[in-house]
Amino acid sequence: MNNILLKTQDINKEFSSVAVLKNINIEVIRGEILGIIGENGAGKSVLMKVLSGIYTPTSGRVIFEKKPVVIKDPLDAKHLGISLIPQEFNLIKELTVYDNVFLSSEIRKKNGLLNKKLMMTHTNELLRELGVEIKPDEQIENLSIAQKQMVEICKAISVDAKLLIMDEPTTVLTKYEIEILFKLMRRLKEQGTTIIFISHKLKEVKAICDRVSILRDGELICSEMIENISVLEMAQRMVGRELNQVFPKKQQPEDEVVFEAKGLTVSGVIENISFQIRKGEILGFAGLVGSGRTEVAETILGIRKHSAGKLYMHGKEITIKTPKDAVKNGISYLSEDRQGCGILTNFSVIQNTTLVSLDAYCNYLFGYVNRKKEEKSALKYKEQFDIKTENLDTRLEYLSGGNQQKVSLAKSIDSEPIILIADEPTRGVDVSAKQEIYSLIKSLAEKGLSCIFISSEQEEIIGMCHRVIVMKDGKIMNTLVNKKIKEEEIMFLATGVREGA
Amino acid sequence: MIKAIIARVKKSQSEKYAVFMALAVLFIISAILSPYFIRIQNLLNILRQVSYVGIIALGMTFVIISGGIDLSVGSLMAFIGAVGILTLNYLMTVFNNEYLAIPGAILASLIMGILSGALNGFLITRGRIAPFIVTLGTMAIFRSLSLFMANAGEIRSVSGHYGEFGMNSIWFLPVPVLIMLIIAAILNIILNSTRYGRHLCAVGSNPRVALFSAINVDRIKFLSYVLCGFTVSVSAVMLTSRFNAVSTSNTGMGFELDAITAVIIGGTPFTGGRGNVWGTIVGVVILGIINNMLNMLGISPYLQGTVKGLVIISAVYMQRQKS
Repeated sequence: MNNILLKTQDINKEFSSVAVLKNINIEVIRGEILGIIGENGAGKSVLMKVLSGIYTPTSGRVIFEKKPVVIKDPLDAKHLGISLIPQEFNLIKELTVYDNVFLSSEIRKKNGLLNKKLMMTHTNELLRELGVEIKPDEQIENLSIAQKQMVEICKAISVDAKLLIMDEPTTVLTKYEIEILFKLMRRLKEQGTTIIFISHKLKEVKAICDRVSILRDGELICSEMIENISVLEMAQRMVGRELNQVFPKKQQPEDEVVFEAKGLTVSGVIENISFQIRKGEILGFAGLVGSGRTEVAETILGIRKHSAGKLYMHGKEITIKTPKDAVKNGISYLSEDRQGCGILTNFSVIQNTTLVSLDAYCNYLFGYVNRKKEEKSALKYKEQFDIKTENLDTRLEYLSGGNQQKVSLAKSIDSEPIILIADEPTRGVDVSAKQEIYSLIKSLAEKGLSCIFISSEQEEIIGMCHRVIVMKDGKIMNTLVNKKIKEEEIMFLATGVREGA
Repeated sequence: MIKAIIARVKKSQSEKYAVFMALAVLFIISAILSPYFIRIQNLLNILRQVSYVGIIALGMTFVIISGGIDLSVGSLMAFIGAVGILTLNYLMTVFNNEYLAIPGAILASLIMGILSGALNGFLITRGRIAPFIVTLGTMAIFRSLSLFMANAGEIRSVSGHYGEFGMNSIWFLPVPVLIMLIIAAILNIILNSTRYGRHLCAVGSNPRVALFSAINVDRIKFLSYVLCGFTVSVSAVMLTSRFNAVSTSNTGMGFELDAITAVIIGGTPFTGGRGNVWGTIVGVVILGIINNMLNMLGISPYLQGTVKGLVIISAVYMQRQKS
């Protein structure tokens, strides 16, 4: 075939003698959108980092436009026309949009000073081309997550990228924003840009890609035209086994109200948040990114000070000023930002598990930690949650995202909470780990734990929750119950717009 | 898989024990270069010399694990020394009894150390000012106050016995060395086996995770500075009792850098999150041996700073290569 843009020949990559890529032979055809899917740890991100020069392969060659190329660093990749939009944004938040777009390819005047005006005009053109409204001289930290993503894309195409690699770009986006992104990707494709799209979300891959390549355990399992493979088949080949029903059956919660928030307000952030949660209930919080859901959680935990409102546990008013108070009152938090707020990567599995509940493992006098007891408890979770780790003293940085999340969940429930606030509990986690987390949360709820379930994934919300609160601009729009919990209804409340209308 | 595990175990072990190996190598080289080096008297002298910085470096280890830094320790030492001896002299005029005055002065010094550490900790946690800035400020303040107290001169104690216990040895170990080892043993247990130690590493590793994990981040940080102030006061008592005097302009000069150097050489990363108490002790001993050898080999004392600088840079460089 003539129109092969990029081809890899027997790419191998090892990290300290552990093979993460095994003889990868992949082809990217000019002008297509190629989906690459696989579980966490399948090697998707590593392969992309090899293509963009962040890692060098242990062996194997990359052929780009029919010529073998050596990509030593991201600058080489840039010169070839390969741009990577990484999973974690690579923007400098103190700088402006145009500073970031032209970072390391700044336009200079003859006297060596920066030509800010020209860069600003160029940025403005690019942004308009993408159809987004962002001021080129806005500071990055003032932008929403979706806008930051647009700036990343703008940065990537500013260097005339022939190949654009997007590593899980939709993880942080809401459904509405994803639509905008897809429109943009289609437009780029029309303009002749080739795109590699990496995602966990198979429906998105089905919707946007022309072809899909599936990786499992560092090996390329297959490449198929998108019309020849169903979402279910993709999932099965990814995992390598049959998948059962994704969501466990809902169990009816008890009538007893355990926790209540009345008129919770943080001025300028959330307004008049009132809700009740019953024993064993899974209460969903839906809404767009930035609608104030995480802020509600942070307020309940005492990280944000509320200017008005009261909290009740079992009908009694409680005061929470710090996360410590929250834990004492039986409220626990599973953070959306795993590495930023959830776990310590340089702590072991045991140390992470007991981080919140350490008091229970210490003697009163000197706070001397009973290691045997800790180990026993961590072992219990390892078996219960099927945490895959070499041993319990392994530092968390060596665990995959899904297993890290399980440790984070173990940490959150080891303090034996009454209420668990799970904030995007399956973010960045692969399909099978997702299923496990769903059934773990469900089985905890059956044992009487009440769960506040915050998620941007509609499917999760619909599949898991007994009731769903939809938020917009820091306010509760409505609470949906039973059959009213529908994707369309949630989107309508979250955006204020009926889709397709 | 098994290979990878073995490699990892080896890596973590060598990381922890690299500093002990470095000490062994240095020891052997020194013994070959100079026959005087391995004399017991010389070795005990080295230990005594490094013990004053060593005690401070132990407190510094905790501050650095918490993700902070304390630049004020050297000045604070002079300040506490001055306060201690002035208190001693005052109490002598009141009681005219050394056995009342000396414990009184020591107590005053220790309280002063704890209060000064608390001041640093308070400004850092409540004032939300960066540790570097706060302790840079208090470094200037403590030095200037001690200079003011004695017009930049020396303060001598009027007691005849105060100078004794700092010079003494118990069994064969000089008192300050013994005290350094005892504090190290206690802090080692606190760091590795208690709730405070665990929380300290958590705070240094990622304060936001620690906050979300219901840890009182400010309290943990605050206590590390209090501890550091306390170790400075212990060291100050030891040093002033050795000379039975304090020089407000010279005492503790450059101790902050030596203490930080020892902590870093000892394997505690500057970014915090974990640490090695015994490594810090080995760190000060390495610095002491280097000084001792440079003296014995007749190398200009002005070049000692160069050697120290090279040692800390290469130590950190080697730690980087491993990780």
